[in-house]
Amino acid sequence: MEEFLYTVCGAYGLHARPAGQLARKAAQYKSCVTVEKDGRGAQTSQLFALMGLDIKCGDSIKIKVEGSDESSAADGIKRFMTEHSI
Amino acid sequence: MIVLNGTGVSSGIAYGKIRFFRHSKCAVEKISVSDTDREIKRWREAANDASAQLLEMAQRQEGGDAADLFETHRLMLRDPDFVEAIEKEIVESSVNAEAAVEVVGKRFSQMFSSMENDYMRERSADVDDVSNRLINILSGSSEQESGVPTSPVIIAADDLSPSETVLLDRSTILGFILINGSKNSHTAILARNLGIPAIIGIGDKLASELDGRYAVMDGSEGMAVIDPDERMMRELEKKRQHENAQKRRMDALRGKPDVTEDGKNIKVYANIASPADVKYVLENDAAGIGLFRSEFLFLESGSLPTEEQQFEAYSSVLKKMEGREVIIRTLDIGADKNAEYLGLEREHNPELGMRGIRLCLTRPDIFKTQLRALYKASVFGRLLIMFPMVAGLWELIDAKRICREVREELSEKGVAFDEHVPIGIMIETPAAALIADDLAKEADFFSVGTNDLTQYTLAADRQGSALERFYDVAHPAVMKLIQETIRAAHANGIWAGICGESAADTSLTEQFLKMGADEFSVSPKTILPLRGAVRSGKAY
Repeated sequence: MEEFLYTVCGAYGLHARPAGQLARKAAQYKSCVTVEKDGRGAQTSQLFALMGLDIKCGDSIKIKVEGSDESSAADGIKRFMTEHSI
Repeated sequence: MIVLNGTGVSSGIAYGKIRFFRHSKCAVEKISVSDTDREIKRWREAANDASAQLLEMAQRQEGGDAADLFETHRLMLRDPDFVEAIEKEIVESSVNAEAAVEVVGKRFSQMFSSMENDYMRERSADVDDVSNRLINILSGSSEQESGVPTSPVIIAADDLSPSETVLLDRSTILGFILINGSKNSHTAILARNLGIPAIIGIGDKLASELDGRYAVMDGSEGMAVIDPDERMMRELEKKRQHENAQKRRMDALRGKPDVTEDGKNIKVYANIASPADVKYVLENDAAGIGLFRSEFLFLESGSLPTEEQQFEAYSSVLKKMEGREVIIRTLDIGADKNAEYLGLEREHNPELGMRGIRLCLTRPDIFKTQLRALYKASVFGRLLIMFPMVAGLWELIDAKRICREVREELSEKGVAFDEHVPIGIMIETPAAALIADDLAKEADFFSVGTNDLTQYTLAADRQGSALERFYDVAHPAVMKLIQETIRAAHANGIWAGICGESAADTSLTEQFLKMGADEFSVSPKTILPLRGAVRSGKAY
């Protein structure tokens, strides 16, 4: 399993659009991608649960990636989040 | 003439016919069913249809925010928790698909409407939107909204759903007036993006009988006037021309250098409070960041931010600024701010208490973590570090010693960093201004924090509204301290800037330029007006 920390920098946190962008990006990989905040977690396919984590701008989240392509998925997702100012 | 008042959420002035927007929304009839398999099949087909509709709508938008919105709605529709909840509802309550969608949709929507975050609360509108689409498909009603305008109108409605908003033909909207609505709704955001006025929360006085009447609206005042008289029209027309001319003048300043009329280069920089604000810095064409308040990381979470969290935040700002200067101010919190995890003692007078550099020197663990994160981030752009609340020379010398320790530790570990990150200080205590000559020999730059400097010089609390007339940012004593600070900076070969509210006050710009100010740091939205004042001002 790969994991990394990320500080959300989008003005409104991980709301509908960035959560959707993240979900679509994660769906490109075989690995299962989980987002965790304060011990609560949601898979990226669970859009409602993901938004329900109420992740705000400046919050630190942990992204866990597990599966056959986990290392390229973790790199790809991290880069995507930085580039899209999620 | 009828005057309607609400809250303006997007400024601008518009005149035109009011057009009431009619929603296509079906009433749901709850029916008990025995063949739940059939209902599940109906629901799945409806979900497929909705998904296809959304895909087609997204493709028609050719990218952008609207396309993203529809894509997000599609993902909501496919959310395994949502799907499972609906199918479970059909089976367990033996109800028709429409009723199940309505019940589950409401439940998910309530999850958002009970959230703390204003913006997230708005997202319940997205869930409602998705449920409505499904219900419309299930009950066989057509997608087409009635009353879509073809000529430019002021759109009136109780509220608009996200997909209703993005499907409006933008060329036919003069403005929005809403009975309900909220500041972060898609409608308000769209209006701000299009630069057209929007007013929300007008209430029931905005009745559908007003459909077709002429109105004039003023977004900055949050006022709409039905059947305005001539005087009102003349007044608002004058205001509109003034606002437009102002906007054109500001747009013309984009991309222009910050040089005074007599040829001195000035740094016109922006203040930010979080990485998200960089967007506004770039939008307003600032040449750098003059004050990044690093407190947000410390105030938003319930615990000390880790080095890695800080590194992420600092490096993301440096990267986005692509080599332009970024001045990051080290932690400036004290007992008056909400950071209970620091365990600070309550103080009678927090403004004179354990804050700024004092806290950093008392808690070197916190300070060093921040400095490590800053130095590590320094390779991603042009970083400058600034200490707040310095009053004595020893404080600066001590803080610099700690910086040196951090650099040595990083070198030992072989971590890359910029060894020449300039270290400057805020001048916000009268003491610092009076010993600026000594401080200038140790600092690489000064930035005068006019808010605190005024408060500490005049002994007037800047937050006390009753003290407003005693809190005078242009008081001769304050001005003398600023003048002395800049003089001392230049005498010792370093630059001096001004941040704080009065830096953005264009009636003071010329005075500051004459004093020799080299830099101004102001909120992003005042960058262009300040650039205008700098370009028409004289420094000598």
